[in-house]
Amino acid sequence: MKLSHTFAIALVGLKTHKSRSALTILGIVIGITAIILIMSLGKSAQDLILGQIQGLGSKTIVVIPGREPRGPSDVAQIFSDSLKERDLEALQKKSNVPTLSRVMPVLFGGDTASYLGETYRLTAFGATDLITELFDLSVAEGMFFSESDIQSRGSVVVIGSKVKQELFGNQGALGEKIKIKERNYRVIGILPKKGQVSFFNFDETAIIPYTTAQQYVFGIKHFHRFIVEATEESLIPQTVKDIELTLRENHGITDPDKDDFFVETQADLARRLGTITDILTLFLVSVAAISLVVGGIGIMNIMLVSVTERTREIGLRKALGATEADILNQFLLEAMTLTGTGGVLGIMFGAVLSFAASVILTRFVGLGWTFTFPVPAALIGLGVSALIGLVFGIYPAREASLKNPIDALRYE
Amino acid sequence: MALIEVEQLSKTYRDGATETRAVQGVSFQIHEGEFVAIMGPSGSGKSTILHIMGFLDTPTGGIYRFEGKHVRHYSDKERAHVRNRKMGFVFQAFNLLPRTTVYENVKLPLFYSDVPESEWDARVRSAIASVNLSHRAEYDTTRLSGGEKQRAAIARALVMNPPLIFADEPTGNLDSKSGAVVMETLQKLNEAHGRTIILITHETLTAEHAGRILHVRDGKIEVDIHVAQRRTAHSHEFSK
Repeated sequence: MKLSHTFAIALVGLKTHKSRSALTILGIVIGITAIILIMSLGKSAQDLILGQIQGLGSKTIVVIPGREPRGPSDVAQIFSDSLKERDLEALQKKSNVPTLSRVMPVLFGGDTASYLGETYRLTAFGATDLITELFDLSVAEGMFFSESDIQSRGSVVVIGSKVKQELFGNQGALGEKIKIKERNYRVIGILPKKGQVSFFNFDETAIIPYTTAQQYVFGIKHFHRFIVEATEESLIPQTVKDIELTLRENHGITDPDKDDFFVETQADLARRLGTITDILTLFLVSVAAISLVVGGIGIMNIMLVSVTERTREIGLRKALGATEADILNQFLLEAMTLTGTGGVLGIMFGAVLSFAASVILTRFVGLGWTFTFPVPAALIGLGVSALIGLVFGIYPAREASLKNPIDALRYE
Repeated sequence: MALIEVEQLSKTYRDGATETRAVQGVSFQIHEGEFVAIMGPSGSGKSTILHIMGFLDTPTGGIYRFEGKHVRHYSDKERAHVRNRKMGFVFQAFNLLPRTTVYENVKLPLFYSDVPESEWDARVRSAIASVNLSHRAEYDTTRLSGGEKQRAAIARALVMNPPLIFADEPTGNLDSKSGAVVMETLQKLNEAHGRTIILITHETLTAEHAGRILHVRDGKIEVDIHVAQRRTAHSHEFSK
């Protein structure tokens, strides 16, 4: 019997039970939709994150206090105070790290700013004027603070566009004083609308000299990060090595396993975050895959019911000349048509939903989210759904094919 | 050579410790072109004999030769092919697919055949026309009367043009008028087209359409009578 004929018969079998067929494939539709949605969102999230990392510049290296987190017990290391002023001075010495072109200490934390009764929750960012080059920032109005503001712990601030809007509205902000932690800071510059740059949304940031931030905002003598720029991208590995040697010497560390800091390059960060999003996507896909198994069992259940219900039909077909293989193929194709249709619908729903999500995230959340349709995932989804039909359909189909024609015909 | 040869055929059903001997060593031959009615009360084993002859069931003892070949030497596939190409079945309960048209039902055996698809339509329409049901071809089978359903079933049995037709109580679910039409159709197939018809019935009136009657009781053949030598002779001539 021709495959096209078997398929035609299978289609008729399904068409005679339209609503049952539709309900049966629901499990598969939901499973495939979830997988496509997760994979699409996962891919877009990864693209977004990687795009932001690249926004920091390819020659940038970040020195982070504490041991490199390798497990949950290392979380406390995030609050380490190992990066100090003398480390900054050591790194700045050309003899220690010859390939380092510049280094900027950074402090950051959430804080509330107020102006004439208006308050706004922003990120206080302690840095040097190098921030303009490292993060490709420029002021829309006013100017940035200078080296002398850093030396004198000047109470000056450069604010993001959103901070300006929230505190001052349409009124001019330059020269006005905003209050952070009971201290007044004179607004000397306003950043243009910038959006997200490498995890920092500078629109919601107040940038002050790092010395001022240490003393008055955070009340600490250490730094949260060193942001280093190498002279050449190709010299990054050498720069990282020299930074590590310098800091180990400064901290009296001989065993690299006992480092109380770690150095991260853009490539490391991209790789690390890529791995995290991959694991997260895989985890979510596995959860969604459970629904596919449940859907598959649903298919098997319905196919078994269908085989029992159509026992007489099976007997009749055998009487009319169907072989065991014909019956097996008919029921197997019915199951695979069900799951295949479920797969196609799931892919369509998944694509529509992830597109809708990308529109929402771009329009209403303001993320630079791009819609990605995961073609490999769609193909795998289609394959998997057909496979589910095969796996969960084979038992009922075999039951059907092995029925003795006369017993089947006599079935009440 | 006889089309069907049965020697000491027996069939025993086992259900746990209970053993039912449905057929107990029957022997007979049926030649091409015969119209044979197998008669007997219910439970006599007549249907079992027909099912074994129609390759729908297997004997537990004795010999059954179809076209001279022992039934044991047919594989599952060959048995399916014989059912498809050489046998047509008409059942008491019609066994039409519900929610499907007469046309689609009659087409069913063609799916399992090697008849080229280009011939299907002509074959189906001619089979439907031969039972005078052309005006109902596109009707859903559930909308047909009992007699029409059975005629649709006969059309389905004829679509492959088989030389042998098995009819298992074809009038059992019909009123006498519809039953008469169905029997006339079968008789015509035998007389005018020389088809071998094997009919199962428990009604004497129905059996009288046949040229030969096998009376079965308690799994054994009681009597084997040729009621209308003239008609059988006629069909023998036709088949030559």
